[in-house]
Amino acid sequence: MRGYVPSYQLLTPTSLREALSMLADEPGVWKPFAGGTDLMVLLEAGRLQHCNYINIWPLDELHHIQVTENHITLGGLTTYTEIQSNPILRSEFPMLCQAASETGGLAIQNRGTLGGNIVNASPAADSPPALLAYDAEIELTSTQSSRWISYHGFHTGYKEMQLEANELLTRIRLPRQTSNCLHYYRKVGTRKAQAISKVCLAALGRKEGTRISDIRIAFGSVAPIVIRCVSTESQLRGKPLDASTMKLARESLIKEIAPIDDVRSTAAYRLRVAANLLVDFLNDLQSS
Amino acid sequence: MVFFGSISGKTMVSKQTFTFNVNGQQHTVESFPIARLLDVLREELQLTGTKEGCGEGECGACTVQIDGQIVNSCLVPVAQAQGTTIKTIEGVAKDDQLNAVQQAFIDFGGAQCGICTPGMILAAVDLLERNPQPTEIDIRNGLAGNLCRCTGYMKIFESVVRACQQ
Amino acid sequence: MFNRIGKSVPRKEGRKKVTGQALYVDDLTFPDMLHGATVRSPVARGRIRNISFEGDLPWDEFVVVTARDIPGANHVALILEDQPYLAADFVNHPEEPVVLLAHKNKYLLEEARRRVKIDIEELPAVLSLDDSLTKKEIVWGDDNVFKTFLVDKGNVDEAWAQADFIVEGEYETGAQEQLYIENNGAIAIARPGEGVTVLGSMQCPYYVHKALIKLFDLPEHQVRVIQAETGGGFGGKEEYPSLITGHAALLAWKSGKPVKLIYDRAEDMVATTKRHPSRTHHKTGVTKNGKLVAMQIDFVIDGGAYCTLSPVVLSRGTIHAAGPYVCSNVRIKSRAMATNVPPHGAFRGFGAPQSIFALERHMNKVAEAVGLAPDEFRRRNFIHEGETTATSQLIREPVDMNHLLDRAFEFSDYHRKRDTFAKENHSSRVKKGIGFATFMHGAGFTGSGEVYLQSVVGCEATPEGKVLILAASTEIGQGTNTIFSQIAADTLRLDFDTIEVVQPDTNKVPNSGPTVASRTSMVVGKLVESAALSLKQTLIGSGLLPDTYGQSDFQHACAAYIEKFGPLKTSAKYQPPPNVHWDDAKYQGDAYGAYAWAVYVAEVSFDELTYEAHVKDFVALQEVGKVINPVLASGQIEGGVAQAIGFTLFENVVWKDGRMANNQMTNYIIPTPADIPPIRVFFEETPYQYGPGGAKGIGELPMDGAAPAILNAIENATGITFNRIPLMPEAMMEQVEPNLDEVSTTSL
Repeated sequence: MRGYVPSYQLLTPTSLREALSMLADEPGVWKPFAGGTDLMVLLEAGRLQHCNYINIWPLDELHHIQVTENHITLGGLTTYTEIQSNPILRSEFPMLCQAASETGGLAIQNRGTLGGNIVNASPAADSPPALLAYDAEIELTSTQSSRWISYHGFHTGYKEMQLEANELLTRIRLPRQTSNCLHYYRKVGTRKAQAISKVCLAALGRKEGTRISDIRIAFGSVAPIVIRCVSTESQLRGKPLDASTMKLARESLIKEIAPIDDVRSTAAYRLRVAANLLVDFLNDLQSS
Repeated sequence: MVFFGSISGKTMVSKQTFTFNVNGQQHTVESFPIARLLDVLREELQLTGTKEGCGEGECGACTVQIDGQIVNSCLVPVAQAQGTTIKTIEGVAKDDQLNAVQQAFIDFGGAQCGICTPGMILAAVDLLERNPQPTEIDIRNGLAGNLCRCTGYMKIFESVVRACQQ
Repeated sequence: MFNRIGKSVPRKEGRKKVTGQALYVDDLTFPDMLHGATVRSPVARGRIRNISFEGDLPWDEFVVVTARDIPGANHVALILEDQPYLAADFVNHPEEPVVLLAHKNKYLLEEARRRVKIDIEELPAVLSLDDSLTKKEIVWGDDNVFKTFLVDKGNVDEAWAQADFIVEGEYETGAQEQLYIENNGAIAIARPGEGVTVLGSMQCPYYVHKALIKLFDLPEHQVRVIQAETGGGFGGKEEYPSLITGHAALLAWKSGKPVKLIYDRAEDMVATTKRHPSRTHHKTGVTKNGKLVAMQIDFVIDGGAYCTLSPVVLSRGTIHAAGPYVCSNVRIKSRAMATNVPPHGAFRGFGAPQSIFALERHMNKVAEAVGLAPDEFRRRNFIHEGETTATSQLIREPVDMNHLLDRAFEFSDYHRKRDTFAKENHSSRVKKGIGFATFMHGAGFTGSGEVYLQSVVGCEATPEGKVLILAASTEIGQGTNTIFSQIAADTLRLDFDTIEVVQPDTNKVPNSGPTVASRTSMVVGKLVESAALSLKQTLIGSGLLPDTYGQSDFQHACAAYIEKFGPLKTSAKYQPPPNVHWDDAKYQGDAYGAYAWAVYVAEVSFDELTYEAHVKDFVALQEVGKVINPVLASGQIEGGVAQAIGFTLFENVVWKDGRMANNQMTNYIIPTPADIPPIRVFFEETPYQYGPGGAKGIGELPMDGAAPAILNAIENATGITFNRIPLMPEAMMEQVEPNLDEVSTTSL
């Protein structure tokens, strides 16, 4: 253990209201601590910078899944295990379930939370590409108010996001508009389990005849943030599913993403595999 | 906030009291709130069967069950164990009667050096509690968070299969 | 009840391992114990100018040890005396130990470790084999060379003329981390005037014993080394424990308190030994009929900053470099080079996986040049009984590689799959392939090594009729306790449970040699057999035990004997098999007492989308003499193959300025339960006359064959030749589609 354990405070509020009050009363002093699967790794490595945390894990208000006619709404502390076992998510949002099943091993899936994953803001996170492709919205709550914003746009730069110091990410909701779509999720991480992705694609497509009528493309691990490729989407929307469109997809994508070399992979590999996956998705859409 | 003292520019928080049940026994400990459950089990309760392999939730050697779900105890701050029921490797056998998974690990070569074994057995017991007749893929996925460097996993899979046949 | 040999007797210490009762070093505590930590060099090479202790820490509470505090010699006694326990004036690799700290509070200790500043004047470092070979800087000795060997059989220079084809190739292997799940660790209790006791995770208690005697300048009896339960080794706990136990002992010596020094994963990965990276150049002369006429092999390994075991690793790699083939003219030149990276060390296979990888890739290349299938080419060159190896060792045992190949192909359905894949691959995005490797692995120490070791095993009976086996050979998961008990039980015709294997403790057990080199079952097991036999003969000779006896007869006889004569203790000392000769100067002769012979077949798939290769099926067939315990033996093979799959396709040590940059399990990835294919293990048993019950060694063998078999299979799948491992998808992409580069240049 390289972190200096005695210097970290971790207090457990009795309610969501109390947690929000703590955030509001001492702005910037407190940060939420959810399942711990990211923060504890930093603590072990001696790289956990912030010292004061609110233990939100026990808050029942943040553990729930609600289904309405138009949305499915997940509490911020919905775990990967809970995601995988929800029948609506399995049938209508399979990419999110697949992402959850490919995040760490079961012990991580029991503890890792969707809200924690979003706020941890890793560009290599597995679920956020699926959330982006599904047009997810997130609810940010403070003692004063709560607001729903589009998840797309929430991350503004590496580990930067539109979250005020007094706000907590309380819910995530997905519009139930995925019928007749092809869902394509592929995480590339050298090994089959327990991998951190080198490239990850979540894509959703719909066609009319031979043309692409709707397309949503989101990648992980190819930019400082998990990225929704809106420019490539607009290039492809309405195009026929043929060889020239595949070429266009490839050319457009490589202008839109900016992968890097690191200890896990190379920029060249990420770029090419990202393009390969996108073309593979379009091929699947063509033959669907 | 309650603080006491500082060291080398770092503020120190006070230890807090946490209570939880481990293997059927109620325990109360005084700990720093972010202390790893792994360390509390090993150092405060002398339950050293739970092992540390990596400290980053990657190897699964520190697997224990909390409220019926497996976790990496190196990633659980003791504050999150408050009020929970925990099962460690020491609580898997009933008195002298080994769990079928434990017996199968002995009989079919599932344990070699033994360091991943406690975590692996917890994961296998957990799997069989949820899914008494797992397929090979279920077993592979159920144990995917537990690394073993000795066995190449074949005999671990076989041990789990044999345990189901008991 | 008897004939335990050949049966899958359950692991002796299994129950305590599955219940969490087995005590590893980190599970032990002592009253008043301190925790130790190591402060290491931040740079690859330089001169130490100053060490300062910063921050407002209570430094007077800390035990601080530097090179000046060492009571004896400041080097790790092994082969050469070049590696210091603590760098005094110069550092020669990143993470080299410089200062030791101890404190009772672990958390505070970490804070302190960060606040020790080692001021170093950096010197130019050598960080690659090329820079070492070209002597960019001289960083060790006169020429950066730790050791060279030359094996010269026949006359290679003249033999090229007989060749119809001359085929050359170059092959490389990378570093590999042992990644035992239990990190290195030790506890020491030491006091000037009283001596030093260490407990630790280790393979070789007497290596540690020898090293600590020198470090503290103590007589033998004042140093005691005890092996705690050990959570895997794979060579990574062969020589390294001599260092970490010494560090713990230095802190204990200075403080007068017990000191526990346990590495965390990041420290273990960044600072301890790894498999030697290697480069092998082959030049092979072959006739148009596919007969080998000349093999010239240049084998180079990167030893890191200090010699450690590199000469011995080089030796095994050298001897295995020409494989199970007959060739009249063989020249193998080999070198172990110095670089400024942490010393590379023992790792299962010990040089052989490196040189066998090169050979078994190259044999496919030669076969193709001659126009023969890879199996047919090998069949024309396999060694047989009565023929000689590269070191001119006459094979005196029946060896039938053709039969092994036939069987392995049958189990893997090799020919049918090869045909099917050839037909189906062109229309599929996922290409399939199948490949194999044929190889051998010598068991026991090389050449005269076993004679020099003079290993001893003791056997003692108690009045209750228990039989204790006394040996320094360690249980590290591979089954020492169980195998020794089986051998002793059969020899004495007693129940398995009557036998107890004593925990290795240099105060209690004789030196049966290190737990390495696939020698424990074959060499030490034979000594167990001899010592047990001698115990039986002593009892029968005393007239207290009849020739045929039961368990209770034995117990009564033991009690009576001890009552009458005192302790009933026998021992056995290593005797080489007859007709074994080794010439260390010429590197010719009987390199090993016995070889295991094997054919491994790998089936792979290659995904053109992601450039990832996966092993889909694996057949491991080997002839290893009599199998003492089938479950343990196949467990060894499966584990070794899994580790070799990692070596081939997953495990990439990323170096940055001589330092491992991916020293976390998250980023240095080993196979998970989801990644390993079915590993199907088959044994052929030809009993070996001089092994216990006919057994030969097996521990290292499975590390040898998987890498070339997998790359041969990938070549079969893709038609592309890959000659470097680890073979990561990034490297495969570069070779599979080099022409797509415009894509990356436009955007980056």
